[in-house]
Amino acid sequence: MTEGSEVVPGTTPETALETPQQADRARTIFEKSVPGRRAARLAEAGIEERPLDELIPADLLRDEPPGLPEVSEPEIVRHYNRLSRRNFDLDTGFYPLGSCTMKYNPRLNERVAALPSFSRLHPATNPEDAQGALELMFLLQEALSEICGLPHVSLQPSAGSQGELAGLLLTRAWQADKGRNPTKVLTPDTAHGTNPASVAMAGYEAVKVATNPSGGVDLDDLRSKLDGDVACLMLTNPNTLGLFDPNISEIAGLVHDEGGLLYYDGANLNAIMGLARPGDMGFDIVHVNLHKSFSQPHGGGGPGAGPIAVSETVEPFLPRPQVVRRPGSAGVPEFDLDFDRPKSIGRMRGFQGNFGVFVRSFAYILSLGGDGLREASEGAVLNANYLRKRLSEGRAGRYLPIGFDQPCMHEFVLSGGPMKKELGLKTLDLAKRILDFGFHPPTVYFPQLVEEALMIEPVETESRETLDSFADAIEQILEEAERDPEIAMGAPYTTPVRRLDEVGATRNPVLREAA
Amino acid sequence: MAGYSPLTDSDREAMLGALGLDSVDQLFETVPEQVRLDRPLDLAPGAPENEVFDRMSELASRNRDPEADPCFLGAGMYDHYVPAIVDAITSRSEFLTPYTPYQPEVSQGGLQVMFEFQTAMSELTGLPVSNAGLYEGASAAAAAAYMAIGATGRHRLIVSRGLHPHAREALATHAVGFGCEIEEVGLAGGLTDPDDLARALDDETAVVFLQNPNFLGSVEDLAGLSEVAHARGALVAASVDPVTLGILESPGKCGVDIAFGEGQALGNRLDFGGPSFAFFCAGEEHLRRMPGRIAGETTDVDGRRGFVLALQTREQHIRREKATSNICTSQALNALAGMIHLAWLGKQGLVELGALLARRTAFARDQISAIEGFEPLHDAPVVREFAVRSTAVPVEMLRVGGDQAGRPLAVYPLARDLPEFGDSFLVAITEQRSIDDIHWLVDSLRESASGARPSFNGNRIGTTDAEPRKAA
Repeated sequence: MTEGSEVVPGTTPETALETPQQADRARTIFEKSVPGRRAARLAEAGIEERPLDELIPADLLRDEPPGLPEVSEPEIVRHYNRLSRRNFDLDTGFYPLGSCTMKYNPRLNERVAALPSFSRLHPATNPEDAQGALELMFLLQEALSEICGLPHVSLQPSAGSQGELAGLLLTRAWQADKGRNPTKVLTPDTAHGTNPASVAMAGYEAVKVATNPSGGVDLDDLRSKLDGDVACLMLTNPNTLGLFDPNISEIAGLVHDEGGLLYYDGANLNAIMGLARPGDMGFDIVHVNLHKSFSQPHGGGGPGAGPIAVSETVEPFLPRPQVVRRPGSAGVPEFDLDFDRPKSIGRMRGFQGNFGVFVRSFAYILSLGGDGLREASEGAVLNANYLRKRLSEGRAGRYLPIGFDQPCMHEFVLSGGPMKKELGLKTLDLAKRILDFGFHPPTVYFPQLVEEALMIEPVETESRETLDSFADAIEQILEEAERDPEIAMGAPYTTPVRRLDEVGATRNPVLREAA
Repeated sequence: MAGYSPLTDSDREAMLGALGLDSVDQLFETVPEQVRLDRPLDLAPGAPENEVFDRMSELASRNRDPEADPCFLGAGMYDHYVPAIVDAITSRSEFLTPYTPYQPEVSQGGLQVMFEFQTAMSELTGLPVSNAGLYEGASAAAAAAYMAIGATGRHRLIVSRGLHPHAREALATHAVGFGCEIEEVGLAGGLTDPDDLARALDDETAVVFLQNPNFLGSVEDLAGLSEVAHARGALVAASVDPVTLGILESPGKCGVDIAFGEGQALGNRLDFGGPSFAFFCAGEEHLRRMPGRIAGETTDVDGRRGFVLALQTREQHIRREKATSNICTSQALNALAGMIHLAWLGKQGLVELGALLARRTAFARDQISAIEGFEPLHDAPVVREFAVRSTAVPVEMLRVGGDQAGRPLAVYPLARDLPEFGDSFLVAITEQRSIDDIHWLVDSLRESASGARPSFNGNRIGTTDAEPRKAA
């Protein structure tokens, strides 16, 4: 049985079955509170119970306890288990969300991250008592350095967007060290929204560079915008259209000639591991999303981690502390935190970064090895091209043409423009109907330069049968829409709730349970 | 190695055939020769699961054994007990493996958790608007600065020296990009000096950063300090410890405009520093400048109650360079752990926990102060952590059982962060630190101060031999 086949296509509002769970009005844990109920039982202090206001002046103490719920432990477990069943997740079904690299999250990684000597290790533990953790970080730095083709790595940034901001602050420090103070950063018009947002937070002006007819950077436009006032160019390669920009070396030369740096957004690294390296393409600073290419679970919106790899000349500015290996000598720990970095931009965050994520990603790298990482990227690109081919046939080919018609890397972008014009169906409608077939929809309406965009990233951990069933489902939905587009316009029908009023939620925000 | 991919050779062949290709290499023809890697990655070959497990266990074994001796390290991250239900719930695939809830119809679980989390954080902080979480405590200070600059149009930040040194440093790092200056306000008697604050304030000050309890563990007079700041039109942003908010006055009631903080103590393990989460709350007037994800209540087409990501027009994917922040994670799984822990503690439990910590902390401070060679760094009130000056021996000589060849005592030396207190250290108390553990610490400190006594044989000293370590 394939994934989509358990859903009856053509389910309409009239025939949709509402489960008791769906009929149940969503109630929060606060609404389930009953005075006097409790779960935790705490220890006695074990000493004389002095009145609190003897210890802390009464005017600094609270009169009323915070309005937390009063619930028993079984109720908490049932509440959150029931909530969990209102989520779609990667372990249950295909999740081809473009630019997000929804690859399988190995359970081994969860097991090793939970080892008490990792999970209960305090971040301020004296380095001599944390040699295993520091060595792991050092080895992960080395592995990421090799994969990115750049000699130095800081693991500190908490996520891709913090990696971007760190990279831009590194750029600022690097430029200032050369006595320069450029004001602009170039980003392609296909860039992820975090790029310009990070540019603004780093105090730069974001300037857009146009895309050429084959999906790459428009070199003429780039030349016209490059001058001594450009601090850096931020790129993904392959870009957000899933295309590798073949002019990358020329682009790097142009940027470097004007004294700028080249920044690599690693969101799409899953296409090229072991095949091509950002450093070899001329990039100076790279961030890596460990929650994408290196299998950290996304957790419903975090945690992740966004380490950065940099070239030799950028290294002095890396955030501190940096994990280093010292020549072994008596009384000096071999692996240590180096705070003595006078040119460092400083900390981006507290302590050493998201170590629990490092454990999972390092276990993933050990499991796959160098060859396995290359095979993973090859598999991701093969799966993307196979699905692209399947979706170029039949109705999908007619209503959902590919935005840029050429072999893709790990993802590709279709345009729902013809579907909208001929069937009256928007990309949003298609996405919502896909939910009824048991799949997560692709990323929609991004990148913005493709009309009614659908961005599809099938990843290497999906089988051919899954890709086939997804392509079949799209065909079925389009065939259904030819007969009756209203069905998709009213979708979804089989989900815990149906289409939600998002505009109303923003116009009249209700952001917490009323007291 | 399979690399978790189901593709077999015959799958590959069939799929390449459908594409009219003979080899996978042909798919990479758009990658120019000169940037292709012409050798294998210089990494070890892949390994079977049991070998990877063994390798990772071996690395773990070279860290401090959390069962070995009591940990009194704090400084923003604390060794609290994590209830079993946190693991049971957060390890469910439905919470562990989805992406950010971009398709709300199939993300109601995660979105409702965010809504509940926001409610809980508003209750703790006494401020009406909460987001769904940020990365962690120190960088949340930078997010607060960005918001305050936008809200006031001013470009000066004032930072109490009682703010966590990592937050102070993260602010300094980010301030370069924000184009603003930072001025520091000193401590007097372990507390932010209100006169120094009044002196530092001017009409260009966007926000004053405080912490409560502050880095030295002292409970600040947030209301009094807020009044001083507001008198010059500056906002007040306070980093607060959520575990203390069962007993300490809420920052909202003290007049704080932005309350944020490290959330690790709620439901998250130490993990050598992360991942954890931060919370971030503010007044209604700042709603449209909030950083990060926010869930909001709404209805579906059938009138059923549901939740969505609200106010997305603040965010980077729509506003791009005009966004209120570049942040697009809410640390959803860590925030869920925090929410479960809070529900487990409940209304009474959080108060009881705060009281338990305050009593044991006062006890530990009294006991340590009674030892020759140690004195409290200040007399300000404390809740769960306090600073001690070591007058007889340097802090790095404080060893388990006083044995100079032994392991360092797990206390936090202040020398790196606050060199003016180079002879002092922090002691943090959680519910996992029993009275026996405190006696053990007192013994170790006494032995360390009275000169090395090389008799330590790995057993505990004093009254604590019978006390087993609890697993978290």
